Amino acid sequence: METRNITELDIHSDPFQIAGRTLSSRLILGTGGASSLTTLESALRASGTELTTVAIRHFSAAGAGNVYELLQRNNVIALPNTAGCFTARDAILTAHLAREALETNWIKLEVIADEHTLLPDPLELHAATEQLVADGFQVFAYTNDDPALAQRLQDAGVAAIMPAGAPIGSGLGILNPHNISTIASRAQVPVILDAGVGTASDAALAMELGCDAVLLASAVTRAHNAPLMARAMKDAVRAGRAARLAGRIPRRDTALASSPAEGMMQTLVGDFS
Amino acid sequence: MHVNIVGAGIIGLAVAFELESRAHTVTLIDPAPGQGASYAAAGMLAPAAETVWGNGPLHQLLAASNAAYPQFIERIESATGQRPDYLQNSTLVVAAEPADREALHELAELQISLGLSAQKLLPSQARKLEPALAANIAGAVLCQDDHQVDPRSIVKILLEHLRPHLVEERAQALVTDGKRTTAVRTASGRILEAEQTIVATGLGTLDGLNELPLRPVYGDILRIQGPAGPPLITRTIRGIVHREQVYLVPRRDGSLVLGASVREDRQQAVNIGAMHLLLDNARKLVPGISDCTLNEATARARPATPDDRPLLGRLDPGLLLCTGYSRHGVLLAPLGATLTADLAHGHQSHPLHQAVDPHRFANAT
Repeated sequence: METRNITELDIHSDPFQIAGRTLSSRLILGTGGASSLTTLESALRASGTELTTVAIRHFSAAGAGNVYELLQRNNVIALPNTAGCFTARDAILTAHLAREALETNWIKLEVIADEHTLLPDPLELHAATEQLVADGFQVFAYTNDDPALAQRLQDAGVAAIMPAGAPIGSGLGILNPHNISTIASRAQVPVILDAGVGTASDAALAMELGCDAVLLASAVTRAHNAPLMARAMKDAVRAGRAARLAGRIPRRDTALASSPAEGMMQTLVGDFS
Repeated sequence: MHVNIVGAGIIGLAVAFELESRAHTVTLIDPAPGQGASYAAAGMLAPAAETVWGNGPLHQLLAASNAAYPQFIERIESATGQRPDYLQNSTLVVAAEPADREALHELAELQISLGLSAQKLLPSQARKLEPALAANIAGAVLCQDDHQVDPRSIVKILLEHLRPHLVEERAQALVTDGKRTTAVRTASGRILEAEQTIVATGLGTLDGLNELPLRPVYGDILRIQGPAGPPLITRTIRGIVHREQVYLVPRRDGSLVLGASVREDRQQAVNIGAMHLLLDNARKLVPGISDCTLNEATARARPATPDDRPLLGRLDPGLLLCTGYSRHGVLLAPLGATLTADLAHGHQSHPLHQAVDPHRFANAT
């Protein structure tokens, strides 16, 4: 458990160090799923995010008026991802194309096992990580909520571990909170909860479990009112982070009154004896 | 008044037809008329089904143009003697899974609250209307006012009608006198003078025109031939299948249009993965499409704006913009033509002008 001396006011200047950069927001937004660029832009602004993921295979960096231009004018960093890749080979190729097109060595590495679950393929993921780290990339690895795999990815040199709370787009929240907290407690690199967030409480829980940041897309971009949900996520991530730093009370099976009853009884007894 | 119209897709043609009916003369300039987005479009006229969360005043434009369609078709028929394939046969929106039904029913409530026609049906009621629907669909919504037209039939009829005024050349540049646009210069150097020039080029570029907030959003679309015998389906079936959109539009001749993907990858040819997903999803809704044959697979780019509403307004005293219709060009053609012709006359009284003002993004850039 992280113990830091932090006050309520300091939480708003609680920097997030990631791959050599310092961000003030711990909410990372994905860009997929918005009904229009105008809606996406409003949501990005409401979220206060400084980092977003973009599927480089779906959004060409060429030309004007595209999502990259939108991110640039809002001072939001584009983190390219390898969404849509099913083999290490395709993911490595996509990462190199992204580096060329966007002039960044950051890559969010997704190697999907199958279209039904969209869960990561651990073997392909590890193979691609090894190669991309050797090629000089800062690898943000989208992984299962498996602490052992998370450890192996860290050993392979990732810049961040991004465990799934639940399958992509499912909105099921965090299905195995214990694994997420185990990953967070053992990690030497930032842990970013990725995928599965459905609503604000899921994002808050991720931070309470010890994650350093939360990445979400559909929960905001496909909400009826995307900017309002973005604002809710911003508040939830802050609240969860503050609760984590504040240190929660232990869980107990029986009640314990908030005002101490024992002392009161002794005082009363003393008065009448 | 003489008017240049750059671009002879469904928008340019509708504008030309409108101006001609107001007794103006026109010159249409396009090296490949009707071969852009209009060539791919399915022609769904679906103000209700196209209304989704967060797209603001778009539904007013869609509903107004849908209401204008019957008259638009009548006027084309009376001027040319040919009637476009326009079918007022409603649209059924179908959900494949329970989560899709939840999303579909919430959308229906939004559409109803905006005064659009959407009615929830039980799967059994939907299958009575369209027995070819899969037995395991999860829910349905009937949109009584959502119809369809074959855009290729409109383009063909209007192009034949307006061919004497067509210059089949690429428009290279706008010519100005410093204050206003006075002419269009073609790639071969011809100068075509006009009192007004209307830019309806979609994604086409033109020297002298400021960069517009447009980007290409590609779509893949299939044209298939239904099996012999009675038609597979009798009205447009739109589906939400595991959150993905798909549609099947039946034509009078027994063929169907199956679409459409949404890609921003700048890949101009038909994408195999997108085609696979369309077929897979369509088959989940209407298993009988397995017996169809493939006529054509087409990919085109839609000229998309940041908020999916067109760019329609005046740029200089001799220049009007009428483009950026995103995925709504076929439906919005009659309204766009009316608004543009009004502007050419100097009228801007229509309450919807503000929603399409090309300068509305100025503060965002």
